[in-house]
Amino acid sequence: MIYEGKKKIWSDYQKEIPDDHWYYVRSCIRQNFFPASERMFTEITRGVLGRDIYETPHHTTCGGIAYHCDTIPQETAMTIVARQFALMTEAGYENYAPSCITSFGNYAEILETWREYPELEAKIREDLWKACRREFKKPKCLAHSSDLIYHWRDEIAAKARFRLVDRETGDALRIVEHIGCHYAKMFPSKGVGGAEYPYVLAGMIESWGGQVVDYPERRHCCGYGFRQYHVKANRGYCVGNTVKKFESMEPYHPDAIITNCPGCPYFLDRWQYVMAEQTGRTYGSDGFGIPVLTYEELAGLVLGYDPWDLGLQLHQVAVEPLLDKMGIKYDPQAKYLGVDRENLMRPQLPEHLKCF
Amino acid sequence: MNLFDELQKDYRFKEGFHNCINCGTCTAICPAAEFYRYDPRRIVDIVQTRDNDAIGALLKSDTIWYCGECMSCVTRCPRRNGPGLVIMALRELSIRLGYFTESEKGRQMLPLTHIMTGNILKYGYCIHPKTFRWEDHKESGPVWKWHTEHLERSLARQGANYMGDGPGVLRRIPQESLDELKAIFDVTGGSERISHVEQCSARKAQEMGMSMEEYEREAFECCSDKHVW
Repeated sequence: MIYEGKKKIWSDYQKEIPDDHWYYVRSCIRQNFFPASERMFTEITRGVLGRDIYETPHHTTCGGIAYHCDTIPQETAMTIVARQFALMTEAGYENYAPSCITSFGNYAEILETWREYPELEAKIREDLWKACRREFKKPKCLAHSSDLIYHWRDEIAAKARFRLVDRETGDALRIVEHIGCHYAKMFPSKGVGGAEYPYVLAGMIESWGGQVVDYPERRHCCGYGFRQYHVKANRGYCVGNTVKKFESMEPYHPDAIITNCPGCPYFLDRWQYVMAEQTGRTYGSDGFGIPVLTYEELAGLVLGYDPWDLGLQLHQVAVEPLLDKMGIKYDPQAKYLGVDRENLMRPQLPEHLKCF
Repeated sequence: MNLFDELQKDYRFKEGFHNCINCGTCTAICPAAEFYRYDPRRIVDIVQTRDNDAIGALLKSDTIWYCGECMSCVTRCPRRNGPGLVIMALRELSIRLGYFTESEKGRQMLPLTHIMTGNILKYGYCIHPKTFRWEDHKESGPVWKWHTEHLERSLARQGANYMGDGPGVLRRIPQESLDELKAIFDVTGGSERISHVEQCSARKAQEMGMSMEEYEREAFECCSDKHVW
């Protein structure tokens, strides 16, 4: 009976993901903090999987972070999004894939609000025409870019050179999946698996040979909180919530964490550094932290890309323990080199958190 | 002015406010309630009393600025309320009425507005390397200090198209697109909002005997100990 109920819940939260022809829009945070991840997304989807992923240089921020910092009115946020849809319409696409979870939530919220209040959609269309002389069609499908990697996860697995398996013991690596709050908490039906049983990252982990770690605070926010991070005075909120997650996951000894949100990998990585330096507390083994990866970085490792081409040198928590477990070869001397092996010096090492 | 009637004009309030049964599920799940002296259940309860004085006091308080807008409460409320959406409507009204300058956390609107709208109108991004200074973000660690010291070459190694033409990571957004963003701000009230926040903040800074620079720096950096448990 209960099993049947779960099957019904699960079937309610499946979403149709078209197999090709996507209009791609970038994330403000990810371009800053994990620039190679977005480059890897287009390289994997176009180059390895042969899909049509279109991008125009004219797209901008969706304004989502500013909106959730309460600095722009709802009408402004909606009209910026309407312009993004106009650019998609003009390019001849119908499937819209944002790289950012805040954006994904923003688009979902706006489309649902327009569906419920058509007079507001009409007002925004009028505003867009006044401001930009543009018109738009709404996307037929809205999917986050992690939904697309989830959709193609088995194709990636078929081309994999490495698996999420401990090379020495043969055991599946224990991976924590962290889903960005705005992926499905507001509109559970928009995410693969909904808000309670999201499967978008768990599906990738299982397909690539790992095992998913379940732990009590699995659904707790990373602690970003928009204004709680962007104002220096509020950052105790952020580190406090991140620590709650780490204290909860540590007894399960995760080998790595993967995320699908722009801010989460940055915060889960950097607050480990802050905790180590302020209190000496580390959450990995032997003084290391727990490596935190984006789903593109993990896909890239599985496919055999060089870790430094994936941008893993921009993490503060060392990723080498994970690379060693997976049996991935890397050149330690090349970690901080520039293009054509240009010498860019090396970052200073933290005092407590073990790094290379 | 009837403040409850004003709140009801906000689409987020229409979506997020139904009948609260005071169960406290939102507070149990709330990351802000973990950290701050904050109880979203109480906020929704105050709003549903429709007491004008009590709602007015909320609009002038620190309380409404504690929420991180993660929307975890929206998923879990058994009566389909969204306390996070109610908060967004309360903040909008607090800003519109100029009440936000009456609280320490509300005064953070000035630096936030400058950071966010400055980046959007100048670069087309909410966050941009030219304004995300390591000095203001030391938690980003020595690796980020190194990255910012070698910004252009490090970004090139990452495959970015930093400030370049055409598509790609951190590309320069064409001027005609930035002009369209400015036009959107002008038509939809975004530009007016920036001026309004600056004017209200200037009045408050004068009242507090501070220059605008001192006021903004204090709002960005200072945190009194009354907020946390």
